[in-house]
Amino acid sequence: MRHIISIREFEKEEIDALLDSAGTIDAGRYDRTALADRILGVLFFEPSTRTRMSFEAAMARLGGRSIDMGGVEASSVSKGETLADTIRVVSGYADAIVLRHPREGAARLAAEFSSVPVLNAGDGAGQHPSQTLIDLYTIRQAMPLDGIDVGLLGDLRYGRTAHSLAYALAEYNATIHTLAPGSLEMPQNVIEGLRDAGVEVVVHTDITEFAHTLDVMYVTRIQRERFPDTASYYAVASSYRVTPELLEGVRERMIVLHPLPRVDEIDSRVDTLPHARYFEQARNGIPIRMALLMEVMG
Amino acid sequence: MTGNRRTLQISPIRNGTVIDHITAGEAFNVLRILGITGTTHEILSIATNVASGKAGKKDIVKIENRELCKEEVDRIALIAPNATINIIRDYLVFDKKGVEIPDVLYGVIRCPNPGCITNTNEPVRSRFEVTAKGLHCTYCEWYLTEDIAGHII
Ligand SMILES: [Zn+2]
Repeated sequence: MRHIISIREFEKEEIDALLDSAGTIDAGRYDRTALADRILGVLFFEPSTRTRMSFEAAMARLGGRSIDMGGVEASSVSKGETLADTIRVVSGYADAIVLRHPREGAARLAAEFSSVPVLNAGDGAGQHPSQTLIDLYTIRQAMPLDGIDVGLLGDLRYGRTAHSLAYALAEYNATIHTLAPGSLEMPQNVIEGLRDAGVEVVVHTDITEFAHTLDVMYVTRIQRERFPDTASYYAVASSYRVTPELLEGVRERMIVLHPLPRVDEIDSRVDTLPHARYFEQARNGIPIRMALLMEVMG
Repeated sequence: MTGNRRTLQISPIRNGTVIDHITAGEAFNVLRILGITGTTHEILSIATNVASGKAGKKDIVKIENRELCKEEVDRIALIAPNATINIIRDYLVFDKKGVEIPDVLYGVIRCPNPGCITNTNEPVRSRFEVTAKGLHCTYCEWYLTEDIAGHII
């Protein structure tokens, strides 16, 4: 039984194989009834409509069905049931569980109590492995993954998608460039962990100094609630804005990614440039999640 | 002379445990780890900042009528890695062992991450891997690198 908890548990070969299988699915070569007799238990303890829809759509495309527990307010959780108990019950109903939970480590705990595979769809500021696979897949559509220069922009303190992508890219000898506004720098232990994994990490303070050296510009949103007031939020948010002007003179193959939703960190005029790949990135959620569902239930 | 003074500071016990070579200043943390507080009934002798070796200092704790188990010894190792545990029966050292930090600590450390699932009412014990970089929570992946004594359950 295979749980999907953290991208760091994947070997490079496994990542490549999953991306390959997503590619095959993307090309339309898959069995539409592969999971016809399977049920996916969808347990979202915090709202994330897109991630949830994309797992449900992926399941439906493989002929499977999804069941959920309804809103958290209406469920036994509001009566004080532990996650461990919920998981023990639902793993008796479903063939796999996809879990979204506000606490870090929730998916690993769920895996310990589940009798069916658990797929982590984000636990707190912790892991979100399917997002990282989507990011890698989108990059690989544009260029080989080996030895690329990747800029991580935005909230690198709380931005789990950026950390997780950086760790995965360590397997591909990437150079990571970071630019985080204000007090949202990448935590020192993450930087050290990446360096231990053999990644060159370069910390920057001005986007115009290194934009032209990048193959991938990975932009994340800054959460307004991290700031005491609106003024300090705007002061920080404007410091790394991606505009068509910034993209003049960048490498031709350079792509801009964003896990979405964005606020205003990417100018909407960038959307029509060939560098913009964030909507493809969102669409790639389906083949990646189909590949993951096949991996655990196929 | 030093030997005599030490004997005066802390007298032999008949049965129980002597924890020697505790890092100076950590004796009270050792007691806390063992769950020994002012309201428990153990008969204790504590010596702190005792001369040890060349200008070194150490703490010593003697607990009468209690033999420490493996898990307790492992906890002590976190704050006093050089401690030695002597199990005393009828005034003789029945067993002497060093402390050894295990590879994984179960239920010993409270995770410093307030958002960690182990800091809720879930039916799990905390689990930390002991790594060169610090104690690593296997649930939320946080590293605990300082004030380990303050996070011992
Ligand atoms: Zn933790």
